Amino acid sequence: MPSRIPPLAITAYTATSALGRGRDAHAAALHARRSGLRANDFTREPLPCAIGRVDGVEAAALPPAQAGHDSRNNRLAWLGLGADGFLDAARACIERHGAGRVALVVGTSTASIGATEQAYRELDGGRFPAPLREPMLHTPHSLAAFLQAALGTRGPCLTVATACSSSAKIFAKAERLLRLGVADAAVLAGVDTLCGSVLFGFNALELVAPEPCRPFDAERRGLSIGEAAGFALLEREGAADAPRLLGYGESSDAYHMSTPHPEGLGARRALADALARAGVSPREVDYVNLHGTATPKNDAVEAAVIGEVFDASTRVSATKGWTGHTLGAAGILESVLTLLAMEHAFVPGCLNAVMPDPACSASFAFDNEPRAICVALSNSFGFGGNNCTLAFGRAH
Amino acid sequence: MDALRVHIEGIGWWSPQWPDWTSAEQALRAGADLADAGAAKPPASLLAPGERRRAPDLVLLACEIAGQACAAAARPPGELPCVFASMRGDVATADAVCTTLASAPLEVSPTRFHNSVHNAPAGYWTVATGCRAASTALAAGVGSFAAGLLEAALETLAGRQPVLFAAYDSAAAGPLAEVVHAQASLGAAFVLNADPDERKRAVLRLRHEPTPVEIDPATHPVTAALPLLRALARGEAAELRLPYGTHSSLRVEVLA
Repeated sequence: MPSRIPPLAITAYTATSALGRGRDAHAAALHARRSGLRANDFTREPLPCAIGRVDGVEAAALPPAQAGHDSRNNRLAWLGLGADGFLDAARACIERHGAGRVALVVGTSTASIGATEQAYRELDGGRFPAPLREPMLHTPHSLAAFLQAALGTRGPCLTVATACSSSAKIFAKAERLLRLGVADAAVLAGVDTLCGSVLFGFNALELVAPEPCRPFDAERRGLSIGEAAGFALLEREGAADAPRLLGYGESSDAYHMSTPHPEGLGARRALADALARAGVSPREVDYVNLHGTATPKNDAVEAAVIGEVFDASTRVSATKGWTGHTLGAAGILESVLTLLAMEHAFVPGCLNAVMPDPACSASFAFDNEPRAICVALSNSFGFGGNNCTLAFGRAH
Repeated sequence: MDALRVHIEGIGWWSPQWPDWTSAEQALRAGADLADAGAAKPPASLLAPGERRRAPDLVLLACEIAGQACAAAARPPGELPCVFASMRGDVATADAVCTTLASAPLEVSPTRFHNSVHNAPAGYWTVATGCRAASTALAAGVGSFAAGLLEAALETLAGRQPVLFAAYDSAAAGPLAEVVHAQASLGAAFVLNADPDERKRAVLRLRHEPTPVEIDPATHPVTAALPLLRALARGEAAELRLPYGTHSSLRVEVLA
């Protein structure tokens, strides 16, 4: 078991998703139980499914100095940076600590692969069209390279790309950078965007529902893909009311590339390690934001793990009925939703579950519930059996 | 910050001309240069035969060097947290998926899709070795080796446990490969540890610095780390800087 770690302050955070731009839009949609999912209007080839598309991405032009980084993913990043004054907060943080002491830790699974797909549609004599020949745009690091150019950080700058746990794991990477003195602050970013690869790829795996996803419904039929940008600032010290990162657990299933371990062994290990680093017991956990993709297998395994670890005093739910599965951005988006649940003292009950799966324990919330939340967890599980659980709390 | 001090317990290497660290070590000690020699496939004998047939070349490369490093360190691979670093990811798989998407998107292969994630090598590796510890796949442009080495060092120091680190990129063909300069298959892996024991082969002191290293950004990330690998091959003390992205570097002291 890992040892307890000192908490870190989350001094700014924001998200942009199908629910809108910024924390207020997200809190309002959660309260009103208003989903951001819509019928697929993104793919050229018809694909009957629901998607969590962000309005206004196409119009969010990058600053002229960064025009070479242009892609849907980087446009969404730029749109998201502007919400809740995050860009100003990040620049003030860089000013405070010095650019060389601020790390940039980015999580993404799609990066700008949408731009690569476009280049393949527009091949010119077997080659990429000239405007799409910027090499960095077509590598997993394209989001980080754009954000580093836009923000001016000079500390370590890396991309974590572990599918759907990517932007949960960035909290763990940043914590170690701070604890071991390599950086004094970290800008965390998770951005994934709709593209052919994920929509048709998950469709090929028969994991996409024809209707808006229904996490933990007895008759759930799969996931809905979404897109999102989430950001957080991590520092050693922060205001008394700033939420804290208490712990994290990272693990692997050692089972299969695209199917979770049937007994959730990797998920259990991530959960146990997060609790150990946070120094809290399962009974002290008020709320768990689940991975809850609404695929039959994911939800069955996760419900079984929750039922064994937590009693009914811990409330749990999945929020993908609101946003869709935002893949590489899910970790940080759902962290932001978890922090909003803490801030607004309520549990957003699973949306779209018409008939709750009888396998769900008494911990599951299917309606919104008022609830003071002092300690909360967020689960993120990805392809390759890559798991991460984060623990959040208050200063004391 | 104080420099981060870690020990190397084992080294893995694969390139078409030097299929293991023993041959690379001899060649590098003699001052030989890397050459792009042929299209041999890494054996990746740790993978089950079925997985080996299904796995893309990039996965074979990553698993080959990771397996070598664990064997050299006499560490059971299933127990080590692992950090996999690649600048470009699986270019051959992305080429195949994007080609299909451009013509018949409903025909994308499910296997190709799950192979296309950046952590596919880490996924195959953890399944093959039964590893339930943390696994990470990262990228940082030409600095991917330095970023992976620093992350692995942080994990070993934070957890006081040995950690596997592997950096690799594969050659590929097609329009994407041309743009991202995916020309060479080459990988290097270390088992790092915080606390020295009889396995210790070398000591590194690492420090991130906000000063860039002049380098062509299309350089293979392992080629960018060749000064470190040469110093290790010679077994000599050295002080060098590896590129860490566009704006910074990793200062590495190799202690004799």
